[in-house]
Amino acid sequence: MATTSPDVRRGGRSILERSPAARRADPLFRGILTGLAGLILVLIAFFFVFLINKAEPALSHQGVFSFLFTNDWNPSKAIYGAWPLVAGTLLTAFIALLIGVPVAVAAALFITELAPRRVRGPLVILVELLAAVPSVVYGLWGFFVLIPKLKPAEQWFADTFSFLPLVGGNVAGPNYFIAGLILAIMILPIVSAISREVISTVPADLKEASLALGATRWEMIRMAVLPYSRSGITGAAMLGLGRAIGETIAVTLVIGNSPVLGKQIFDQGYTLAAVIASEFGEAANDRVHAGALIAAGLVLFILTLLINAMARALVRRAENKGTNVKAVPGGLG
Amino acid sequence: MTALGQLTPRRRITDRVMRIVLAIGTAIALIPLIAVIYYLLSKGLGAWSIDLFTKDPTGNFLGDQGGIKSALLGTIEMVALASAIAIPFGWGVALYLVEYGRKGRFASTVRYFVDVMTGVPSIVFGLFVYATLVLSGWGGSSFSGWKGSVALALLMLPVVTRSAEVVLLLVPDALREAALALGTPRWRVTLRVVLPTALPGLVTGSLLAVARAAGETAPLLFTAAAVNGTTFNLGERMNSLPVQIYNDVQSPSDALVQRAWGSALALVTLILLTTLVARLASRRSRLS
Repeated sequence: MATTSPDVRRGGRSILERSPAARRADPLFRGILTGLAGLILVLIAFFFVFLINKAEPALSHQGVFSFLFTNDWNPSKAIYGAWPLVAGTLLTAFIALLIGVPVAVAAALFITELAPRRVRGPLVILVELLAAVPSVVYGLWGFFVLIPKLKPAEQWFADTFSFLPLVGGNVAGPNYFIAGLILAIMILPIVSAISREVISTVPADLKEASLALGATRWEMIRMAVLPYSRSGITGAAMLGLGRAIGETIAVTLVIGNSPVLGKQIFDQGYTLAAVIASEFGEAANDRVHAGALIAAGLVLFILTLLINAMARALVRRAENKGTNVKAVPGGLG
Repeated sequence: MTALGQLTPRRRITDRVMRIVLAIGTAIALIPLIAVIYYLLSKGLGAWSIDLFTKDPTGNFLGDQGGIKSALLGTIEMVALASAIAIPFGWGVALYLVEYGRKGRFASTVRYFVDVMTGVPSIVFGLFVYATLVLSGWGGSSFSGWKGSVALALLMLPVVTRSAEVVLLLVPDALREAALALGTPRWRVTLRVVLPTALPGLVTGSLLAVARAAGETAPLLFTAAAVNGTTFNLGERMNSLPVQIYNDVQSPSDALVQRAWGSALALVTLILLTTLVARLASRRSRLS
């Protein structure tokens, strides 16, 4: 009984069926988008291969281990021992975390748990504004304001606390500490923002429970909020570490760019990123020197990849933990 | 947790002290912001003049140093080209992740690497473009504006992609299902329903990436380099505000240092305006 089918047929196919051209459009569209996504993976793989390839002249000249741990950076004699740069990078990043993370976490806790609702929004915006200031402007400010203004205080600190390791002696204008301080300011917004995100996933019933047991606000923070968000805050600090390690221009302007490893935190120094920025000009015609700078970039690349991968895993785990627990609606907030 | 018992004076004082400590921490976080803004305004505004914005740097050792016209225009040109590359690319990847990939293994891998890419230092992107395009002298001249744009685009790509993905995920599935039920092909659903719905949010995320790219020095330093004159040819060396500031800071001349403050104020103003437009765009969003 073919009663309806002839009516809905047009050129041998149902009107509900798409034309062959229209049918090809969907796979094509999907193909293009998949291609773009795949291109990202290709790009990153290409990054690696290319940087390794270009760093090879220096790495085979010096040896990978010797490149990382020899304390002698002397391009004019073709000696590329990057330890002064590696140590400078680690030291400045460490100072940045030491100063930046407690302040960032304090700000995050204050904004999410203590501040009156009205001032939360404005405070968030103000802290995030720190991220809008470009690196070179921090460098400019550090160079002309921080270095001269802080020098007396640094000298006093160096004289008074000379019993501490890495402290004492004469304070140089540009130094590791200033670089670390600038980095602390630069990582503040990201560490604070992610800590805030993590802290806001702490279930309200946990907080309410601790208050119901008679805890003060601080005790609630110490016993409910902090333990719950510890791994997320660690992740946030590590993201800050990744930023601090790779930050270039601001550090280049305030660290003094001395290839000799300093003896204390108020000495001039160098970092991996700073050496790339300040020596690439002279290295353009020297394959080994250029290779050494690219190798420095490669070290930065690998270091930040590892740190970020770990940090992301920590933050993601912390956030998922938060969303899996059903929060009581209309809780403390 | 065991019950805490009586609120002893000691516990009350600890609570007080810690509240104050946290408030002080927040205040400390704001000191650098206030200090930077104060110095930018007090030193930068004094350096602003008509000449600063209408003259190119002269590069003279002594005498008139000129302004920052070429740097301002160069920044705008290079960031525009970088956006033209990174924004469609990033939106495309985000559309793939949300509309097709979802939770598949390939999509998760891409998502993971995009995440990881956000943490790669900007100087590594610059170095990469330097090693691939500049050293080989691709396209004639070694340093050129478009190579700077490529470096900036690489930097923007993960930021654009991540922010776009977050916004696209907010588009309700009911909207997609309604369109599909009407017989609309998938690609038209994506382009005509999902994309317009998410547009304000997409614009916000992308403009924030633009603002970030505008302030970057490291990727431009050895891709576009610096030059005095204004050029609209992206195949030539191109000046930019951050690189101009970087070079001026390192000069011994007071006039150049003053110009650096003026340029810094101009750069920060540019970035804040872009951020403001981004925030205004997100107000039009009906999502979330």
